[in-house]
Amino acid sequence: MATLTTHPDCVPLVSWRFGKGATNIDKYIELEGYQAARKTLELGPDGIIAEMKTSNLRGRGGAGFPTGMKWSFVPKQSAKPKYVLVNGDESEPGTCKDRLIFEHDPHAVIEGVIIAALAIQAKMGFIYLRGEYRYLIEIMEKAVADAYAKGFLGKKIFGSEFDLDVVVQTGAGAYEVGEESALMESLEGKRGIPRIRPPFPAVVGLYGGPTIINNAETIATVPHIFRIGAAEYARLGTERNGGTRLFCLSGRLVRPGVYELPMGYNLKKMIYEVGGGIPNGKKLKAVVPGGSSTPVLLPEEIDIGMDFDQVGKAGSMLGSGGVVVLDETVCMVEFALRTMKFYQHESCGWCIPCREGTDWLKKSLTRLHEGGAVDKDIDNIRYLAENMLGRTFCPLGDAAAMPTIAFVRKFRKEFEDHLEGRGCPYHPAAEPEPALV
Amino acid sequence: MSTQPARPGTIFSPALAARFDRLVTLYPVKRSALVPMLLYAQDEIGYISDAVIAEVAARLGLSELDVRNVVSYYSLLHTKPVGKYHVQVCTNISCMLRGGNEILEHCRKKLGIPNRGVTPDGVFSLEEVECIGACSWAPAAQVNYAFHENLTPESMDQVLADYRAKTQNGSQKAGGK
Repeated sequence: MATLTTHPDCVPLVSWRFGKGATNIDKYIELEGYQAARKTLELGPDGIIAEMKTSNLRGRGGAGFPTGMKWSFVPKQSAKPKYVLVNGDESEPGTCKDRLIFEHDPHAVIEGVIIAALAIQAKMGFIYLRGEYRYLIEIMEKAVADAYAKGFLGKKIFGSEFDLDVVVQTGAGAYEVGEESALMESLEGKRGIPRIRPPFPAVVGLYGGPTIINNAETIATVPHIFRIGAAEYARLGTERNGGTRLFCLSGRLVRPGVYELPMGYNLKKMIYEVGGGIPNGKKLKAVVPGGSSTPVLLPEEIDIGMDFDQVGKAGSMLGSGGVVVLDETVCMVEFALRTMKFYQHESCGWCIPCREGTDWLKKSLTRLHEGGAVDKDIDNIRYLAENMLGRTFCPLGDAAAMPTIAFVRKFRKEFEDHLEGRGCPYHPAAEPEPALV
Repeated sequence: MSTQPARPGTIFSPALAARFDRLVTLYPVKRSALVPMLLYAQDEIGYISDAVIAEVAARLGLSELDVRNVVSYYSLLHTKPVGKYHVQVCTNISCMLRGGNEILEHCRKKLGIPNRGVTPDGVFSLEEVECIGACSWAPAAQVNYAFHENLTPESMDQVLADYRAKTQNGSQKAGGK
């Protein structure tokens, strides 16, 4: 149902099998499927991790941590069982790429789990999908059953001495569960409340055992690294940012869509050429480069390569690959308010700075947007957001605070235009949100 | 098809009861089955009723309070009945930029119910939801689990009309479930 969009600059690697019927295991095998898993069975843990480091693959969930290094943190000896966990709880506003992977290439996810399990010698893996992706749970469960039937999962996989079980798990609606430690709580049948770290999951994770947890796109990329070679994969991207990624273009664009482009692809080009530019002859106002939690960029800040380091240098984050484009008719206060409404709704309530901060910020932004705010409120919004930073168990507090700080800093004039009872200049008749029933 | 008859007194269909019997064996810890069990139970029963809570708790050896504590965390789980077709309209940033609020407003008027309301005949309910992962095909809505994307007020009308027609044809199965 969800489909990839293409452009001449696209490099189909993770999306190579999309639309080719690869949900069928025989078709997947025909398309070089499960060869990487066989190859890695011979390579052994150290060989796999060395290749992963060479590939320069960095986590596609948002933080961009080098995957090979993450895997290397898992202790070789462990009294408790080890686990591989796939984070398919895709919920970051602006992000809709993992959906395509599960829908079009579920076996790539399974094959990625096999390779990760071989790397850390885990005997069990979980693929966690958000509950809203119900049709994908059925696709994944069928793929897992087919892999068992072929002997690729279960006892003595591929005729080796290695056993591996994989379970597909569903969530039931919670952005917070996309956070690694909250996801483990959810998988243990609890509320998705984050855990304090250290200890990190590589040492104490699911059921207290050493665990690697990777984003679905990261895991689905792994077999391709072994299919084409780690050095070749690294060459597709930029320095320390190997490969390609699925960029989700959304918002005020002529051609929104999910496109697979090399890491480091120029953002300006992505918007004007790949995405077809801004419709209706309007001007670009701002870009949220990597999902709703990443600080907004101004039009003069977008001539940058889309990799973790370059976007970081520009003062934002590559994040989850969700590029949200805003034209000149978008009210930044309204946009900031909608962003904050989301974080306020999703805050799990465990840490006070996040629970109270998001609520207070939502109220302040609502008042500002409706024209009832005074000058001091603008500074107060920024002060509140700055005081949430780094003071919570998990990054949700930061995810709410970071974009807010950037909105106020870069669009202060627009915030001021809402003051003194003037209300929103973009929506003169903006009415308060009707009460929920 | 399970060879064993469903446990006497179970509120679930034999197929779902068999699925739950298997589900609890998959994990190192039985409790891990809790969230999926609640969602699948809701799919069959319609909402998380007291009876669902009691049976799920019994199956996992948990207290009902433990189960309720988890239910209240997850936004897809409802403790009151929703419509046969639960219309969930996303208004998060990507949808908002392409008319998500207008789609929600349109549904409110068309169905004559507020956000989180249920139509008197129980056919439709409406909910404003957070990002559903359809950003590049915005604005989008889910009716039960089925995605409807690139919506306009006109195409939303058609979506609602199609579900309405399904009810009138006497179909017992909800779309997308």
